[in-house]
Amino acid sequence: MSRAPAKPAKPKPDGKRLNIGAVRSSFAPWNDPNAVPLVRFEGVTKRFGTQTAVDDVSLDIYPGEFFALLGPSGCGKTTLMRMLAGFETPDAGRITLDGKDLAGVPPHQRPVNMMFQSYALFPHLTVEQNIAFGLKQEGLPRGEIAARVAEMLDLVKLTPFAKRKPDQLSGGQKQRVALARAVARKPKMLLLDEPLGALDKKLREETQFELMDLQVELGVTFLIVTHDQEEAMVMADRIAVMREGKTVQVARPEEIYETPASRYVAEFLGDVNLFETLVDAIEHPMAHLRTPEAQAGFYVLDDDCPAPGATVWLAVRPEKMTISLDPPPAGTRNVLAGEIWDIGYTGDWTNYIVELPGGRLVRVARANSRRFVERPIGWDDKVWVSFDPDAGVVLTS
Amino acid sequence: MKRGPSWFNLVSITLGFAFLYLPIVLLVVWSFNASKLVTVWGGFSTKWYAALLQDEQLLSAAWVTVRVGLVSATLATVLGALAAVALVRGGRFRGRTMFSGMVYAPLVMPEVIMGLALLLLFVALRFDRGFWTVMLAHTTFTLSYVAVVVHSRLVTFDRSLEEAAQDLGCTPGQAFMKVTLPNIFPAVLAGWMLAFTLSLDDLVIASFTSGPGATTLPMRIYSQVRLGVTPEINAVCTLLIAVVATGIIIYSLTQKWRTGAAARAAA
Repeated sequence: MSRAPAKPAKPKPDGKRLNIGAVRSSFAPWNDPNAVPLVRFEGVTKRFGTQTAVDDVSLDIYPGEFFALLGPSGCGKTTLMRMLAGFETPDAGRITLDGKDLAGVPPHQRPVNMMFQSYALFPHLTVEQNIAFGLKQEGLPRGEIAARVAEMLDLVKLTPFAKRKPDQLSGGQKQRVALARAVARKPKMLLLDEPLGALDKKLREETQFELMDLQVELGVTFLIVTHDQEEAMVMADRIAVMREGKTVQVARPEEIYETPASRYVAEFLGDVNLFETLVDAIEHPMAHLRTPEAQAGFYVLDDDCPAPGATVWLAVRPEKMTISLDPPPAGTRNVLAGEIWDIGYTGDWTNYIVELPGGRLVRVARANSRRFVERPIGWDDKVWVSFDPDAGVVLTS
Repeated sequence: MKRGPSWFNLVSITLGFAFLYLPIVLLVVWSFNASKLVTVWGGFSTKWYAALLQDEQLLSAAWVTVRVGLVSATLATVLGALAAVALVRGGRFRGRTMFSGMVYAPLVMPEVIMGLALLLLFVALRFDRGFWTVMLAHTTFTLSYVAVVVHSRLVTFDRSLEEAAQDLGCTPGQAFMKVTLPNIFPAVLAGWMLAFTLSLDDLVIASFTSGPGATTLPMRIYSQVRLGVTPEINAVCTLLIAVVATGIIIYSLTQKWRTGAAARAAA
């Protein structure tokens, strides 16, 4: 069973139907009309003074899902999560968990647990006591608490550190204690506020996969807040991209990357080349766009393309463009000629910044899939950049 | 490069400390004087300390002082800590600025005025002056000091710790008792020590608010000194200095300990 994309598969010019993205997963409760969401945000709004932090947000999160709230700082993602945990009260709208309205339920009675950005480990307690804290609060028998704590310590591989105080741990160890403490109570949902923000890059990557494994192992629904698009893309089943208190797109990572809903989303996730164009003609299945940047204009797929005369933006990801030192054969569509402006070599990728005759810069990325190249591209080389009709996305906003 | 302090620094620091502590050192030295004459050295002796134990009046004054100190410091610590919590955690409640101003006002209020004001109040209420009035008066002015000490600790205390406790099943009250209090405890203890010491050596407010049968040690000393300084007074003052110094040392040690802990936590 393939994870059905929310949008219909795109027809290629030759009529073959293709799917979006590179990942196939069978987990897609949001497409199942019978699936019951675990958490529902319905028209939730939160104001701080004159500022609207969260503006009429509606979201469904399904059991077992790994859901990410992604956006720049100040976009309201943390406020949204804190409302679910009970630390903020919505000014309008409602939040339900398992069908029950959470309004008026104080944080200590909500069946969710949160992992704080600062980890918020209790400095006066040992690792063991930190993990046991919530279990003691639940009033579990002593033996059961000890067993659960041992299990959690084992889960996060911190058994030898049980007797240490938080200030004797490294950043990564603190993060794991915070995680163990939050999942020890077996919550219905785990809220993670920038869980990897304080870790260095290498550790962050390892921890991403650990978190994903843990989520599968525990079968708990995860809601993560992050400003790091890579983190959200790697871990989440679905991402809600937020901007100024509103959700601008809620979809699978592949859909958000390959079919962004707006220029904002396209630019926030990854790099993109945006061309402002005018719809010239629709010749199904293609649309012709006019632009000062290319004399022949652009030919793209016509789905979601408005009628001729409309101004639209064509978004093309750098890795979906081809760069070459030789002019492409006559008749090739979507060709831009230019000069190399700058080159960024990152090992796995090379980023070429190409200057078009009008001064406009275009970014092209090429995977360094071979160690030896016949003719490397250098500074001030004349190059040709081209892309397929289905490489770009037409955006209207 | 020059090492160590210059002559100028050495001389000025010696003179400075002499100015501050020479009188106290003299007092301590004279308290061990065998002679009954205060200004004539008659050899070393601890007989005045022994004589203290026979002085019923002085002993009862000391006992009153200690009781007032213990009760008022404890009460002031509870109230001052609560005031600090309200100021730091209460958000922008109505009248916050006024509340904060009024909590800290006794820090700069002249003692004479506070004493007089309290006296007028107790008289107006027909409150019999004695142990309880002194205790209440001391609570009101030491409370501010406790509030300052606890406030400065609370502002650096990560609020998400309290939220984490609530998230893990604590009511706000339980979160305070189980997480906040253990972490700010050194500051609370320091506040208590400060309040106790302040109460111990207060003369002005106590003289206004005490009544018959509730003479505190500083009041007793003051009234005896008016009749002439005796070696016995020197001895009791030496003991008082020892108690207050111990209090201050414990206070600064706990402060040092908590800043050390904070530094380690931040590292």
